[in-house]
Amino acid sequence: MTLLSVTNLVAGHGLLTAVREVSFSLDTGEVLGLIGANGAGKTTLFRTLAGVHPAISGTILLDDVEVTDSSAFRRVARGIAMVPEGRRLFAEMSVRENLLVAGENGRRGPWSLDGVLAALPALAPLLNVPAGGLSGGQRQAVAIGRALMSNPKVLLLDEVSLGLSPVAIEGLYEQLEGLKRQADTAMIVVEQDLDRAMGFSDRVLCMLEGRIVLEGDPQALGKQAITDAYFGLAHLEVTHA
Amino acid sequence: MLDALIQGILLGGYYAILAAGLSLMFGVVRFINLAHGDLAILGAYLVLFAVEVLGLSPWVAVAATLPIMALIGWLLQATWFARTVKGGFLLPLLTTFGLGAVLQNGMFGLFGSDTKSLGNHIGNLSWASWQLPFGISVGQLPVITFVVAVTVLGTLQLVLSFTRLGRAIRATASDPEAAELSGIDARAVHRAAAAIAVALAGLAGAFLAMRALINPYAGPAQLIFAFEAVVIGGIGSLWGTLIGGIVLGVAQSLGATVSAQGFQLAGHLVFLAVLGVRLYLAHSRNLGGWRSLLPALKPGRKPAARLQHATSEGRS
Repeated sequence: MTLLSVTNLVAGHGLLTAVREVSFSLDTGEVLGLIGANGAGKTTLFRTLAGVHPAISGTILLDDVEVTDSSAFRRVARGIAMVPEGRRLFAEMSVRENLLVAGENGRRGPWSLDGVLAALPALAPLLNVPAGGLSGGQRQAVAIGRALMSNPKVLLLDEVSLGLSPVAIEGLYEQLEGLKRQADTAMIVVEQDLDRAMGFSDRVLCMLEGRIVLEGDPQALGKQAITDAYFGLAHLEVTHA
Repeated sequence: MLDALIQGILLGGYYAILAAGLSLMFGVVRFINLAHGDLAILGAYLVLFAVEVLGLSPWVAVAATLPIMALIGWLLQATWFARTVKGGFLLPLLTTFGLGAVLQNGMFGLFGSDTKSLGNHIGNLSWASWQLPFGISVGQLPVITFVVAVTVLGTLQLVLSFTRLGRAIRATASDPEAAELSGIDARAVHRAAAAIAVALAGLAGAFLAMRALINPYAGPAQLIFAFEAVVIGGIGSLWGTLIGGIVLGVAQSLGATVSAQGFQLAGHLVFLAVLGVRLYLAHSRNLGGWRSLLPALKPGRKPAARLQHATSEGRS
């Protein structure tokens, strides 16, 4: 069942068009890997989906309801939550307060503080610690927990492994795998590590210069095709054909 | 001396109420409201109107005026302030400077230029005092003002710490975009903060009118005192405004023991001293301290090159 439907979405920064007529859909419970080099338009697409960046044209439907012009907090209430690049925690507030803020203002649903602590047990001893004093991995776990507290139907995870140690990334993806099994929440994951993205996702979208140049099952596509699309080689072949 | 110290501490209560709204607006909305003092005077005139024209008792009038002031703050944020913030750093200053001028002349047109006071409506409270040992007398109104200040700040602290609205306000103050991504309507939070800030300004204005004479052009002087209290106590800090108010009040009271003009001068000097120390510490953190620039002033060195080097370090 289609949960999120994006059609001909265009977004940009001033004269620069960063997202060019992007169209895709996301089914309930599906995990979509969004890959592409720096500047491909992934973060702008995410921010436009979350409602913190305006769309120039195109439509975004969530459960067949158009949310293209809705503000970010209304989209959270409808079921779109984003874990932003850089985590963006409320540094002077405790971990508990960071989680409660999203729970109190988000969508009603099954996720509660106890549920999040069960899914992300590393947070339990940190509840009363100010978020500004946490390590990178701990901050990322809080950011994911905060997004879950708003009971999303679609969870957008932007560069979740950026800046983390290999051990922390391993632990983080173990927790995300657990979430995949527990919840029927659909996820879109921006990940620079191709192997990680291919292993975690049911389907991948590869962006290049604001456009989707490759889409499909990562195992069926194969790493070479995805790598070519990532670096623009496949795109150039198509363009020149 | 002890008497002046106690009077100064109690005067700090008034400054704390006045400065808390200014501090809240800056801390949450990142907005400097140059009309804050004029809004305080507007609150005082509304209380006077309710007492003299409608015949309400002064305390009932204060209670009735606070929601009106909150509504004014809400409307100002919704219609003007939110738009000006998008226009950069200068536009809010110009807008609220203009708003202050409009308020002053509007009050002049409506209420006239005569000085007014609530003092003659509150019985002997304006001059009644308690006698303490060592010949110290403590005014009842300053004590009430101080108790109200502590109660207001304490209540705000409880709201900010333990309520949903308080957490939303703190989250929005920390990062408005991240707050929106957590489901918080940041614009509504800004409107709530402005409502609280302007209501506090009105409350401060009412206490000012009880202990002193006011006129439509008294706002800018109150704004300066509020700024001084906020800067001394730390911008955006709730209890810091009480400490800043007390320091300012004590400086003014001690200055007044030296000469009549010393009242304001001592307050300004303490403010400048604290501002200087804060700037020194800020530069110390960012540029390795002002001391690092001092060698540039010695003979045989090139000051311009040294300054440029320090500046580029600060940018990197």
